[in-house]
Amino acid sequence: MIDRNDPSFWSDLFETILKGAGETFYTVGFSLLLTVIFGLAAGVLLVATETGGLLAKPFGSRALGLVINRALDLLVNIGRSIPFIILMILLIPFTRMLVGSFIGATAAIVPLTIAGIPFFARLVEIGIREVPVGLVEAAESLGANRWTILTKVLVAEAVPAITLGLSTTIVGLIGYSAMVGAVGGGGLGDVAFRYGYQRYSPEYMFAVVILLILLVQVFQSLGNIASRRLSHR
Amino acid sequence: MISVDRISKRYGSGESSVVALDDVSLTVAKGEIYGVVGQSGAGKSTLIRTVNSLEKPDSGTVTVDGQNISLLQGARLRAARHNIGMIFQHFNLLSSRTVQANVELSLEIAGVERSARRVRVAEILELVGLHGKANAYPAQLSGGQKQRVGIARALASNPSVLLSDEATSALDPETTQQILDLIRNLSKELGLTVLLITHEMDVVKRICDSAAVMSQGRILEQGTVESLLTTEKSLLGQALFPLGEIPDTANTVVEITFNGVTADRPVIAQLARTHGIDVGILGAALETIHGHQAGRTRLELPGTAEVTDRAIADLRSQGLFVEVVK
Repeated sequence: MIDRNDPSFWSDLFETILKGAGETFYTVGFSLLLTVIFGLAAGVLLVATETGGLLAKPFGSRALGLVINRALDLLVNIGRSIPFIILMILLIPFTRMLVGSFIGATAAIVPLTIAGIPFFARLVEIGIREVPVGLVEAAESLGANRWTILTKVLVAEAVPAITLGLSTTIVGLIGYSAMVGAVGGGGLGDVAFRYGYQRYSPEYMFAVVILLILLVQVFQSLGNIASRRLSHR
Repeated sequence: MISVDRISKRYGSGESSVVALDDVSLTVAKGEIYGVVGQSGAGKSTLIRTVNSLEKPDSGTVTVDGQNISLLQGARLRAARHNIGMIFQHFNLLSSRTVQANVELSLEIAGVERSARRVRVAEILELVGLHGKANAYPAQLSGGQKQRVGIARALASNPSVLLSDEATSALDPETTQQILDLIRNLSKELGLTVLLITHEMDVVKRICDSAAVMSQGRILEQGTVESLLTTEKSLLGQALFPLGEIPDTANTVVEITFNGVTADRPVIAQLARTHGIDVGILGAALETIHGHQAGRTRLELPGTAEVTDRAIADLRSQGLFVEVVK
């Protein structure tokens, strides 16, 4: 129990929360970066490798396209069906192998990224599916190659939807990052768990909760505004 | 310029398969506007897509500008497509790009340098009547303007062939006329060969030099528009000049098809005077096509078989197409 009559109580709280927020930004920021890179690729591949898609026959092999498509789909489903708290524990050996430890903000990036990729990949997939097929046909009629169609038509046209997906992913990652915090991943979740729960300080708990609400609001609003700005439909 | 030779295409296999094209052949001369008309599901869409190889026929060949399109693949097919522009019913413009950038896409794909692209886009936008709209997004344009962007995009890389897939079907009648006029003018100005498909007979009447009527994957008739209109029992003629139901009458009923030459003569008055028949006009549809009068008239000829036979023979001897319908 923390003594709230201690003269340094509020400055300690402020400092602790600030440190926690910094760690949260660090873990969420890095895992978001990796999530976007791999999730975008996975989402595009999910659409492109399906039957009749642009990459339905990579290297001329229909079987390869089908294998990639089914494998990705399965991986994405598995990634999304395991509760995050379990995924974190399952990934401990993998995390330790990758960063040498499973405790700390850097270690937290691993499960966050693994959880983020399939989530974002599905949102990218949905965004790309909304692009009318006629646009692909028009680009083909102009003599576009597959890379041009993927980048300048499918992804370019899906940017507003992908942006919305991005803000949803950020919100999800912030939530997950709080969970990682509870098992030693640092960040705001760690603050709320250790100070707010274990040492029973409602001030810490509320401060974290309010900060998390603010963060989610900000990122969701930014995403909405950006998506609207980018959409010319 | 375009030669489609005995192509067939079937979707699916076994009993559930659908024949989209059944032994279809047609030839479009350089600079000609060729229209394919038919109901939806007639196979027109599949046909036009074989010309830029968006669809591959199961058998037969499609030749464009001396190149066998169906055999081309990869980079060579893409290069050939730079020579074949295509416009669509729903325009298919990129919503994320401005008018300028939409037209530029065509040139980006063709590998044209940025500065040269700017010059060409300005030029082609002027040509299609979109001056001052370069920075607008498609969503800010009317249907007619969108199709103009589509035309500009299709023509930016200087193709010699333009394919039009129901390009005016989503437009109101007035805009349709404007877009058709634009296509005809561009075709003349640029020496462009145009193959268009449509379910609107009016389009054929308005701009086509030649036409084909398609149904269930087959071409039922084809030829120059004028020759089709003046052919007895021509589907195109009947569709363009509908005369309605034949009324219940004891008398002989004939339908006369006029072409450019015969339409100017007072045929009916002569008929009445020479043979002493009280000619009744049951229906008529006449229009000016490519500056010539063309159309059909349905006449009721009272009198004995002897009299009417003589009258019909007389009409035929004047070079008129006469069809006895009752």
